[in-house]
Amino acid sequence: MFRPKTRYVALPSPRAGVGEEVDRLTCPKCDTSLEPARLTAALGVCYRCAYHFRLRAPERIAMLVEPGSFKEEDEAITATDVLGFKDSQPYSNRIEQSRASTGANEAVTWGEATLAGHGIVIVCLDFAFMGGSMGAATGEKITNGIERALQSRLPLLIISASGGARMQEGMLSLMQMAKTAAALGRLGAAGVPYISLLTDPTMGGVTASFASLADVILAEPGAMIGFAGARVIQQATYETLPEGFQTAEFLWQHGMIDLVVPRPELPAVIRQLLDLYTRDGFHSDFELKGQARAAAQAVAPSRP
Amino acid sequence: MTDNGSLAAATWEQVELARHPDRPYALDYIHTLFSNFFELHGDRLYGDDHAIIGGPAAFDQRTVMVIAQQKGRTTAERAMRNFGMANPEGYRKALRLIRQAERFQFPIIAFVDTSGAFPGAGAEERGIAWAIAENLVALARARIPIVTLVLGEGGSGGALGIGVGDRLLMMEHSIYSVAMPEACASILWRDIARKVEAADALKLTAADLKRMGLADEIVPEPPGGAHNDYGLAADAAGAALRRHLSELEAVDLDRLLELRYRRYRSIGAS
Repeated sequence: MFRPKTRYVALPSPRAGVGEEVDRLTCPKCDTSLEPARLTAALGVCYRCAYHFRLRAPERIAMLVEPGSFKEEDEAITATDVLGFKDSQPYSNRIEQSRASTGANEAVTWGEATLAGHGIVIVCLDFAFMGGSMGAATGEKITNGIERALQSRLPLLIISASGGARMQEGMLSLMQMAKTAAALGRLGAAGVPYISLLTDPTMGGVTASFASLADVILAEPGAMIGFAGARVIQQATYETLPEGFQTAEFLWQHGMIDLVVPRPELPAVIRQLLDLYTRDGFHSDFELKGQARAAAQAVAPSRP
Repeated sequence: MTDNGSLAAATWEQVELARHPDRPYALDYIHTLFSNFFELHGDRLYGDDHAIIGGPAAFDQRTVMVIAQQKGRTTAERAMRNFGMANPEGYRKALRLIRQAERFQFPIIAFVDTSGAFPGAGAEERGIAWAIAENLVALARARIPIVTLVLGEGGSGGALGIGVGDRLLMMEHSIYSVAMPEACASILWRDIARKVEAADALKLTAADLKRMGLADEIVPEPPGGAHNDYGLAADAAGAALRRHLSELEAVDLDRLLELRYRRYRSIGAS
């Protein structure tokens, strides 16, 4: 069993205001009052019921890659209100609020990093920034990441957490689906591996574009994944939705994803995939187990 | 009424025209513009979706592959075609036709007319998002010219699932939106009654898309809208399709694919 040595996860405390101390968090699934330090040590997984809390992009990246190896790109790219969109408040205000509350300029962070000796391009969406929605700047950063993977031939890892397209950017947002998909088409044709990790939630235009176009699709337990939301479906069809509808486990049963992976096991699983899908050899600084060892022996009998 | 209010009302008029029950649908255009349309059925995986239709047809002296969303005219036909809202089978049938078009070098003409992909439990179980995403890649890489014409409603990812190509044409009173105004109002305003404001904010008219550089051409409709004269509407659509197709057929295929890539790559580029 893989045990992470370094832990950079500092859990968000959504109910904490400025200067306010929050001692305990309540698990939304089992209602247990959780100690933040223990929860952080458990990588944001409830130590009582295994509920997976959402993670911010920096925490997620730190949890997966080798310490200090992440080099962020396009940090300055930020959303712009091209349409002059206004609902209950102007979109420009919403952008400002999201920037202030998250400390990020967009709903996605990307760069190159090292994971178990493999150079990778890692792209991570952040639900905390406007629901991880995909606007033009989001799509641009994701596409830059895909194109970097293509140019450098580094394997691509995209971690999704998104409500879908960003409505405040209208058609410019929708077209990011085509843009990211076109770039992934080139990546696939070039034989550069792409692993997609779906986390809670991954919906709408994100599922219907880059998130589902990977060579291997992983998902975290219990993550909500789908196209149309359950409420929309019920309003449109009056259907009774099955138990566990649109959860990662439901999608796995229907053949849409390859594996549901508990968060603590993600580094090992991704490492195994990188070893198998890249030609730069197996990295022997860890012990291959079971399936991975068998595959390693079959593929590379004379590995160093 | 305020200026903003009257502008929003004008936008809403466009939405209603795009959804007019007497508006010509894909089959009306197909039967007027093409001869020998042979409808192909089924996705070879699960079933046949009548919300998306397609097949080879003769257009001038060439065979084209037609892929279209089809709404129903009568109550029975609406039910049969699921109001033009496709399930995964529809997108997978479209994928089958895209591949076939490539194999036989038939240019693709896609007619978009849907309020969106079908929001149903079965659609989710059978991977509607996966089916749409596959088509985005297939269309981006298909080595044949592709012209898309939005006839009425271009609804979200469901429209884009057959809507990626070298040219985007829009009928004068058609709309194309990231989300239908009702859905947008219910999500952002939490009040479906704000659909008129939402429609205006979304910038979804053919003129809006032309202004943003997303649509290449607006196809003029007869006075009052296409429903007033199917023949005139089809003539204008045919002339535009003919012109764009001939232009694209003159372009070397590698160059065509590079231009198609750049077309989408440049949208929202910083």
